[in-house]
Amino acid sequence: MRRLRWPGVTRAAVAFGGLAALPLVVGEHWILSLAIFTLMYAALGSAWNLLGGYAGYISLGHVAFFGIGAYALGIALSHVASPGVWLPFLLLPTIGLGTAAVTLPIAWVALRTRATTFAIVTLTLLFVVQTLAFNLPGLTGGSQGLAMPVPPFPLGSFERPFYLAMLALLAVAMLISWYVLGSRVGLELLAVREDEERARGLGVRTTTVKLAAFAASVAITAMCGGVWAYYIAFIYPQFAIDPLISIGTVLMVFLGGRGTLWGPPLGAAVLIPAQQYLAYRFGQNDLYLVGYAAVFLLVVLFLPRGILPSVAERARRWRAPPGEVSQESTTTRPRPREVV
Amino acid sequence: MRTVLQAAIIGLSAGSVYALMASGLTLVFGIMRVVNVAQGALVILGAYLSYSLFSRFHLDPFLAILLVAPMLFALGVGLQLAFVRRLRRDEQELSLLVMFAVAVGIEGVLTLVYKTTYRSINPGYANRVLELAGFKVPLVRVLAFALSVVVLSVLWVVLQRTRFGRALRATVQNPTAARLLGVEAERVAALGFGLGASTGAAAGAVYGIVFPFNPGSHYDLISRLLSIVVLGGLGSLGGSVVAALLMGVAEAVVAATLSPVWSSFAFFAVLLGVLLVRPQGMFGSVQRGGL
Repeated sequence: MRRLRWPGVTRAAVAFGGLAALPLVVGEHWILSLAIFTLMYAALGSAWNLLGGYAGYISLGHVAFFGIGAYALGIALSHVASPGVWLPFLLLPTIGLGTAAVTLPIAWVALRTRATTFAIVTLTLLFVVQTLAFNLPGLTGGSQGLAMPVPPFPLGSFERPFYLAMLALLAVAMLISWYVLGSRVGLELLAVREDEERARGLGVRTTTVKLAAFAASVAITAMCGGVWAYYIAFIYPQFAIDPLISIGTVLMVFLGGRGTLWGPPLGAAVLIPAQQYLAYRFGQNDLYLVGYAAVFLLVVLFLPRGILPSVAERARRWRAPPGEVSQESTTTRPRPREVV
Repeated sequence: MRTVLQAAIIGLSAGSVYALMASGLTLVFGIMRVVNVAQGALVILGAYLSYSLFSRFHLDPFLAILLVAPMLFALGVGLQLAFVRRLRRDEQELSLLVMFAVAVGIEGVLTLVYKTTYRSINPGYANRVLELAGFKVPLVRVLAFALSVVVLSVLWVVLQRTRFGRALRATVQNPTAARLLGVEAERVAALGFGLGASTGAAAGAVYGIVFPFNPGSHYDLISRLLSIVVLGGLGSLGGSVVAALLMGVAEAVVAATLSPVWSSFAFFAVLLGVLLVRPQGMFGSVQRGGL
């Protein structure tokens, strides 16, 4: 087990304590709705980071698992006469673990391929799941969509349960990330990212750790999909399995800092409000896509390592006298140390 | 059996167009290790440009290729200079994201200009059908096949017989050695990117006649194209042509025998099946580390 350090614990306690108290202080529905999506992307980003950040396997199709989670919850609830208040949330862990278990054989095939091919295979997986959602109307309602039961929460605090659920998922994702970073599994994942053949030659259980990271990442992603579906109330294949959700997640992780603990939530906290503001100012469809692409290009070209690693390097340079900048501060790969 | 054969002929023609699109993708990957996920968007852009030339000036879409190809070539060179060149060689995953952003950008611009309604190019011969050895084949499909064969042959001749082609192949094989021998790798890369993009012009014109399209259609295309290049083995031009024909036929046969809604599914089933046996694709070589 990794040792707790005071600065890290304080940081986590302040962040999560403040976030948990937010719905008690703020009552405006639009702010809470924005916060729910921000937390969702933060959790999705942290989950994606387990595989894409630590193991270096960039998945462009994670929204496939998001969609599977959404549909799994919807289909499960459609078989229950009166789901009650908490059943949808109680079903989430089962859905997460179930999705991870079902997708494990596919992951085993996909993880045999390397970086670029893996990204492409996961992207095609996204379209497979979307096609299935469209083509199995008996199960998913097809293009007609699938209705979720109406959540029985009072209007005044309608968002609160969804908000707390997303916050809990973010906490789980970050706890796993934090644990992994300091554990043997984490070192093995980083070894896979640096040089998989050499790592295997040195006795790293490459397949096992890759599959473990994949499963954890998928489970959290699927649970996010479940909460999202319950909140949205009506799901369609093109929105539940939207390539832009995948890409948005990846973008946020890159913006915040790939392979860091606080990078993905930071990226989500910057991008989601900005994105909503752009959508609000310029309309959903027209200029919006162009603006999105421009932001994306700027981030990848000018901040390829993300905010956190860039800021950390700046700080190191500033502290150290000139000429004493250590070698590692100029490497392009984010290091695992800079957290909690 | 007859329906299957009929479907296979249609599929062969669709596959040849896929081969055309995929050749651009493979070329760019070969030179720069960049997976151009914007290739689908470039094809759709090509389709819209020929659509505009046809509806505005009544220019035949097949002739329009001669105009659209240089435009896309210029755009490809521009994209390479503006975005791809800035990436370092150890940041290849980033190129995937950069090109995705470019694809979304092109989609956004097309949405602004043309809105999201479906369009199609309708020249007078769009619905004419030929009888070939007892099989009914739409004329457009025959023309598409012929065009693909011509363009791919030209591409092959350029790669094998010209100075530029030799420089390009040398850069593919060993960039450092090529540079040492006096190949201007940067220029070759830019021109190669342009060449890959310009295949989108020919493919787009044909695509626009055969299928209705809107700015979002590139997602549909790119998922197929990526399956094809991975199936053929990344970077193998011959592999991608074989894979494209195979996928085209598989798709058409599934559409004819089962249902059109499952046709794209056939693609992915074939892909996963092949990857199970050969993670490097049909004609790919095993790559260490970076790939």
